[in-house]
Amino acid sequence: MAVKKTNKNNEVHDDSNSRRDFIKKSGLFTALALAPPSLVMASESKWDEKIASYLETVPLSIEINGTKHNLNIEPRTTLLDLLREQLQLTGTKKGCDHGQCGACTVHVNGERILSCLSLATMQQNAQVVTIEGLSKGKKLHPMQEAFIKNDGFQCGYCTPGQIMSGIACIKEGHANNRDEIKEYMSGNICRCGAYHNIVDAIMEVKEGGKLI
Amino acid sequence: MKNFQIIKALTSASAVTNLSKETDAKFIAGGTNLVDLMKKNVTAPDKLVDINTLDLKKIEFLSKKVSIGALAKNTQVAEDKVIKEKFPLLSLALAAGASQQIRNMASVGGNMLQRTRCPYFYNTDMPCNKRVPKSGCGAIGGSNRMHAVFGASESCIAVHPSDMCVALAALDATVFVEGPKGKRKIEFTDFHRLPGNTPEKDNVLDAKELITSVEIPENNFAKNSHYLKIRDRSSYAFALVSVAVGLDLKNNLINDVRLAMGGVAHKPWRLTEAEKFLKGKTVSETTFKQAADLAMKEAKGYGENNFKITLGTNAIIEALTIASSK
Ligand SMILES: Cc1cc2nc3c(=O)[nH]c(=O)nc-3n(C[C@H](O)[C@H](O)[C@H](O)COP(=O)(O)OP(=O)(O)OC[C@H]3O[C@@H](n4cnc5c(N)ncnc54)[C@H](O)[C@@H]3O)c2cc1C
Ligand code: SF4
Ligand code: FES
Ligand code: FES
Repeated sequence: MAVKKTNKNNEVHDDSNSRRDFIKKSGLFTALALAPPSLVMASESKWDEKIASYLETVPLSIEINGTKHNLNIEPRTTLLDLLREQLQLTGTKKGCDHGQCGACTVHVNGERILSCLSLATMQQNAQVVTIEGLSKGKKLHPMQEAFIKNDGFQCGYCTPGQIMSGIACIKEGHANNRDEIKEYMSGNICRCGAYHNIVDAIMEVKEGGKLI
Repeated sequence: MKNFQIIKALTSASAVTNLSKETDAKFIAGGTNLVDLMKKNVTAPDKLVDINTLDLKKIEFLSKKVSIGALAKNTQVAEDKVIKEKFPLLSLALAAGASQQIRNMASVGGNMLQRTRCPYFYNTDMPCNKRVPKSGCGAIGGSNRMHAVFGASESCIAVHPSDMCVALAALDATVFVEGPKGKRKIEFTDFHRLPGNTPEKDNVLDAKELITSVEIPENNFAKNSHYLKIRDRSSYAFALVSVAVGLDLKNNLINDVRLAMGGVAHKPWRLTEAEKFLKGKTVSETTFKQAADLAMKEAKGYGENNFKITLGTNAIIEALTIASSK
């Protein structure tokens, strides 16, 4: 990716090639790629600044659906793009990409968050669960079953986000009645308007009392 | 989004030092506002200093006050048992903002520093004095349904979108910050500023300063508090108008009162005149109506948002009525 910089005279120049060349020639690259994340991230060490400026990617260790990944990513990669574009976990959907629809909802360290507004590099060592991580082999998660049984969707685009959010909603203790569910599910928009059945599905799982 | 460097801060002092070294660096907490703005190219820092590693997440109940760390998450504060019991207004305001997913990510400091949601500010093809000083204001004479009715200027009529901040303004909070020149504290009501002819500045924080905590003094408003938020849909939308009320009642006598509004100005709008008027009076519909009229006396619409004046008056009456009958 080209890095454009503006100097004092407002002239734009592209220094990405020279930077790449430098890295190649210096032979530093292999050493840096092997450096533990703690070294690369440690802001107090002088190395941090140098390493960060010579590398266009940063290392990331992350656990997704129980599998550990050691990756190198661009700092600007969102968790959503990491999942979809680099790990082919396309179950998590990109609706608005701006925090307004909830389609990208995943669980990070047990809490629901929006993966489109989360920089992947800030999820160092995090445990992420996506829609792909819910079923046990062929056995669907109770919330997935309840969505099917209650017709909790039409086109299905918002569904992975709704299901991730619905599970969290119960775990948080915010699924005690229909009104509370509606309020705490308001971050998940459904263009098809399947809301009524989504609430039915969540109520059913809550009342079923199964371990989720 | 332009690529950038990102480093983790290990101490608040090193966070400040790291930021000071750069011309175009920013702190990042939850990222829910900053990442959004970076995606739209409204802001394009070269470097981010991730402050989530700092020990600023605690909510501490000290004698006669509570101290809330700048990195405490919005959900954490909203659902804290003691906050709910002693400062329910803050909890209600937080719960009325954004969605649970966003509140799980958003920090108290980031919430205070979220930028305006004026659509022109977000659209880099449009003029906006806040984004590009002296480029003009698209909202004046344009689409301004969501905009300010108090304290606006000829250069900007945007509103500060936070709900939490309305409660903090009402509750006499104080902001603690740390910067290259040391530590200082700022009264919450002085923290955000009016646009004047420098709308590019939302608040009085120096660009290199870090918010470390917010303190709220204990009060007698817990029993009769309410946060009323009026929006286009019943949840997950910014306020058209919101009202934060804290009443200290003895029988029906108003011993003390705090009133602030959101969605109406470039900063959380404290209604001091109406507070003075209400103090010492007895609870009644007429008194509430008089207070609301007094509060909205100076309100000025810009066309599409004229409705906020009537809506604001009615919202104040409603919020006072609900709070007094709790
Ligand atoms: C779709 C959507 C709907 C929303 N609806 C609402 C709503 O109804 N009501 C409402 O109140 N809010 C709403 N929000 C806004 C949300 O509350 C804010 O985005 C959030 O509070 C910002 O917190 P953060 O920690 O994510 O900040 P970040 O995005 O990390 O940071 C925001 C700014 O603050 C700076 N910063 C962060 N922490 C510090 C610190 N400690 N010291 C100095 N600088 C700091 C950053 O540099 C950045 O400039 C909504 C947001 C979205 C995306
Ligand atoms: S109201 Fe303020 S933020 Fe909106 S376009 Fe005008 S100057 Fe920009
Ligand atoms: S894609 Fe993340 S909220 Fe819409
Ligand atoms: S099922 Fe189509 S958007 Fe929800």
